[in-house]
Amino acid sequence: MTPGDENGAGSSAGTGSLAGTSLAGTGVSPGAGYGPAHVLAGEIPEPDKEARHDGDAAAERARAERAVEEVAADLEARGARAGGEAQEVLGAQALMARDPSLAAEVGELIERGVAAPRAVFDAFGKYRDLLAAAGGYLAERVTDLDDIRDRVIAVLTGLPMPGVPARADEPFVLVAKDLAPADTALLSKDVVAAFVTEQGGPTSHTAILARSMGVPAVVGCAGATAIAPGTSVLVDGASGQVLLAPDPARVAAARAAEEARRAVLSAATGPGATADGHPVPLLANIGGPRDLDSALANGAEGVGLYRTEFLFLDRETAPSASEQEEAYRAVFEAFPQGRVVVRTLDSGADKPLAFLPPPEEEPNPALGERGLRMFRRYPEIMTAQLGALARAAAGVSAEVQVMAPMVATVEEAEWFADACRTAGLDGAGVMIEVPSAALRAADLIRVAGFFSIGTNDLTQYALAADRQVSAVAGLQDPWHPAVLDLIATAASAASAAGKGCGVCGEAAADPVLACVLVGMGITSLSMGAPALPWVRAALSRHTLAQCRDAAAAARSVTSARAAKAAAYAELPGLEALAL
Amino acid sequence: MAQRTVSVTSEVGLHARPAAMFVQTAVKAPYDVTVAKAGGSPVSAKSILSVLALDVRQGESIVISAEGDGAEELLDELAQIAAAAS
Repeated sequence: MTPGDENGAGSSAGTGSLAGTSLAGTGVSPGAGYGPAHVLAGEIPEPDKEARHDGDAAAERARAERAVEEVAADLEARGARAGGEAQEVLGAQALMARDPSLAAEVGELIERGVAAPRAVFDAFGKYRDLLAAAGGYLAERVTDLDDIRDRVIAVLTGLPMPGVPARADEPFVLVAKDLAPADTALLSKDVVAAFVTEQGGPTSHTAILARSMGVPAVVGCAGATAIAPGTSVLVDGASGQVLLAPDPARVAAARAAEEARRAVLSAATGPGATADGHPVPLLANIGGPRDLDSALANGAEGVGLYRTEFLFLDRETAPSASEQEEAYRAVFEAFPQGRVVVRTLDSGADKPLAFLPPPEEEPNPALGERGLRMFRRYPEIMTAQLGALARAAAGVSAEVQVMAPMVATVEEAEWFADACRTAGLDGAGVMIEVPSAALRAADLIRVAGFFSIGTNDLTQYALAADRQVSAVAGLQDPWHPAVLDLIATAASAASAAGKGCGVCGEAAADPVLACVLVGMGITSLSMGAPALPWVRAALSRHTLAQCRDAAAAARSVTSARAAKAAAYAELPGLEALAL
Repeated sequence: MAQRTVSVTSEVGLHARPAAMFVQTAVKAPYDVTVAKAGGSPVSAKSILSVLALDVRQGESIVISAEGDGAEELLDELAQIAAAAS
């Protein structure tokens, strides 16, 4: 079966009214994917509550047992073909299908006259509730259990088996409510152009799978399963946009952008430096080991911001010390000659953690207990994280540096440096995100090993413009001369003390602003990996003197827009980059 | 009746891979094998769903019981799986 079989000429007829319609979700695996939609078969309907068998309980029991065995054997066979982790997952599902307690339950219901499909539904239901009530890991197994139940009922009732075709004439965009491991074990890049699911987040099964396959994916996309099968779909796995029946020009543009991106990626090489050889290490911002491939592929010289909170998000309990240690070591080992700057847990505000609740309702979370403030409230979490970092750093050659988010005072910086030293981590740094820290940078640098400027928060606090309030988004511009002044103050203080001052916010990913930052004395730039080649190219086309001129020009005017224009005029090499 | 009390050392508790290995070993026995949390009521050690639903976490103790030919050896094997670190 191919997606086209089900819907004939659906992509040209019938969807005309949809042309250009777009849906929005969360992009979790970047890239552009285009193809006809294959909408995963709907749910298996709940079998009739009152359904009874014809009285031959023994025959009905045998029928149920055969159906269960057929499903279990199919799961095992799929696992054997897929191998690796999928084999383990599917093997565990087969074990569940063959569970003797479940079989006894089904048999008992059938003896009481209940028809096999309903008996299966009810017997599974009992365990489903048990697992769901336990929460956490067990609740996640509910999806596996439901999948087995639906497969057994499909066999018993002759309904089409839920699942995904393993082959297709043309790669399709797989659309589903959510995906179970059994759906995806045999998929390959040749078959799937992109994934779109209604449910799930960045850590869902679909997201993890898509990234490991290198296939674009959008999750949490409301209304996705209403897409008519066969509709041509253009998926942007970075922005999360899903465009239905796009016009050919749009598709061509997306493909061209993809190719241009690849050309830039392959052309840019070597460590970051200005045209006259002033080195500026170019580092990657990462959320965990899964971002390493992209960082290395884009030539990162190390990690300038390891956001450790991603290890803690979307879970009910803190990760164990050994789980943390393993994740940290994986990152350190990826850069044997490089530097890895780890930011300790930054929770609160827009990143609440279930197990670190704020002590009270905060009317203004961005100004509340977050970052280092939250870390100090939960010393056991802090001790565990610093200990795991110290152990992971012990046996590796990478230069490991630790820094604290949301430092406002010298006292906080001192407290953090002491805590790190106690754990065996020397030279702890601080992030410059709060204007008070930038203004008194000369005091802070005496107790901090280095600075790293988080321009997103620094801009938010300098201009009093909440990052989450779109009405004030216009003020959220790191080009504002007030922000540039704060950055310059921190950079000079660090430079006078002979210490480093990097930038790890969005500002570093802007190739034009990157030149200005270097001109102000910033010593390293860290950004989302896809921006690295652009920044590397922009820097390599200008001398340090030109960067300094651009910085001076940008700070001599009175608005963000004027600052950008003034800097641009001093940076002639940008034109060749079409920036 | 033969019995063992073991502390579960695996980080994931008696879930995921350790649970699967535990059940796959128990089903080989031709007689009943049960597992309970210390002080709790026993469930069949041959039922993966019952074992998972016990929700045994790292550091918790379980009591494994069986009666029949080779029960001692079987319990030793099960205890070893439950006490394995990975």
